[in-house]
Amino acid sequence: MIQLRGVSHRFGERQVLAGLDLTLTEAKVGVVGANGSGKSTFARMLNGLVLPTEGRVLVDGLDTAREGRAVRRRVGFVFTDPDAQIVMPTVAEDVALGLRGRGLSAAEVARRVGEVLERYGLADRADSPAHLLSGGQKQLLALCSVLVTEPAVLVADEPTTLLDLRNARHVVDLLRSLPQQVVLVSHALEALEDFERVLVLDAGRLVADGPPDSALTAYRDLVSS
Amino acid sequence: MNGLGSYRPGASPLHRAHAGAKLVALAAGMVALLRVSTLPGLAVARGVAVAAYAAGRVPPRAALAQVWPLRWFVLLVGAFQVVVAGWERAVLVVGTLVLAVAAAALVTLTTRVAELLDVLERVLSRLPRVNGARVALLAALGIRAVPVIAGLAVQVREAQQARGLRASPRLWAAPLVVRVLRHADSTGEALAARGIDD
Repeated sequence: MIQLRGVSHRFGERQVLAGLDLTLTEAKVGVVGANGSGKSTFARMLNGLVLPTEGRVLVDGLDTAREGRAVRRRVGFVFTDPDAQIVMPTVAEDVALGLRGRGLSAAEVARRVGEVLERYGLADRADSPAHLLSGGQKQLLALCSVLVTEPAVLVADEPTTLLDLRNARHVVDLLRSLPQQVVLVSHALEALEDFERVLVLDAGRLVADGPPDSALTAYRDLVSS
Repeated sequence: MNGLGSYRPGASPLHRAHAGAKLVALAAGMVALLRVSTLPGLAVARGVAVAAYAAGRVPPRAALAQVWPLRWFVLLVGAFQVVVAGWERAVLVVGTLVLAVAAAALVTLTTRVAELLDVLERVLSRLPRVNGARVALLAALGIRAVPVIAGLAVQVREAQQARGLRASPRLWAAPLVVRVLRHADSTGEALAARGIDD
């Protein structure tokens, strides 16, 4: 469960988020809003990458400001650009990187890496240079690198923006099928149509919150007004 | 053609050997190579290198790719040595240089970077006031940066060509530096998000 209590955030003089009070218990939560609406800052707050200048963000009762390490072990994060997330030269090594320092045996690391690559269709690319993958495969790798750590929550900030339609659908279908709680920030409204809850942000404020049909209609009205 | 030092999956005796043992053997080989002072000695070293590549089951084309990037440097150094010290000395210097690079490349061709980092981390962690895990991570980021920066450089050049701008090192370097810094920023954020180095 994710809770935001009186959360606001400022970058210098600019108010990025204001007065957010939310409790997210749904398994699939979408976030929409125009560029500069505060979506990415909101997403980063859930992982403790950005700390609120006012209020508190709690993930399963853990405060992102005081227990950041524990929060990051619980909340995985997928970025828009997978190239920024890939650190190791080969696919399997990059997936294994997130398991370093967790006290797992080499055999256990290999088992978990093999399992996640198999599940998401990258097993035959395990030893391939990561930088030579296609855009879609790189985003899958970024997803695998996060999921191998078995987070309770997955936050994805526009993970399909750089992908073609086929790969974008594949990634969204994967996110929908995950057992984890997923918070997906997206401009692709159709990707959120079967989510349980959608939040609409505008100029840092929550202007609509509810099931996709009403929230997305509110967003479309906002954009066209 | 396999890029310089890129790991080639395989099951050869060299692939199965422990990364630490390979690094120790490489260091010993380098010391021995630096002591070679005759052409017959260099021929023996070359034979050892060929045998090692055969043991690693590295195809000749991939082996050649490891030293091919040195060609202009080797020509320059070789020509200089011929002028100042004669052809025999030139062959020795150039041969030593090429064999040293080939030996180092053979280790990276047959060893996963993660295994090398494990060794690095274990060795450095024994030193006082050194965070072995952090140094290993830095090394990994350095290795990863090579293809990333090469890709960014191509993108910047292509963007300039598309706009009809003429080739200019200054016009090329400034946007490249900006993009590299932006990439570094994003990578740092991604590492923090993955809880690496927490």
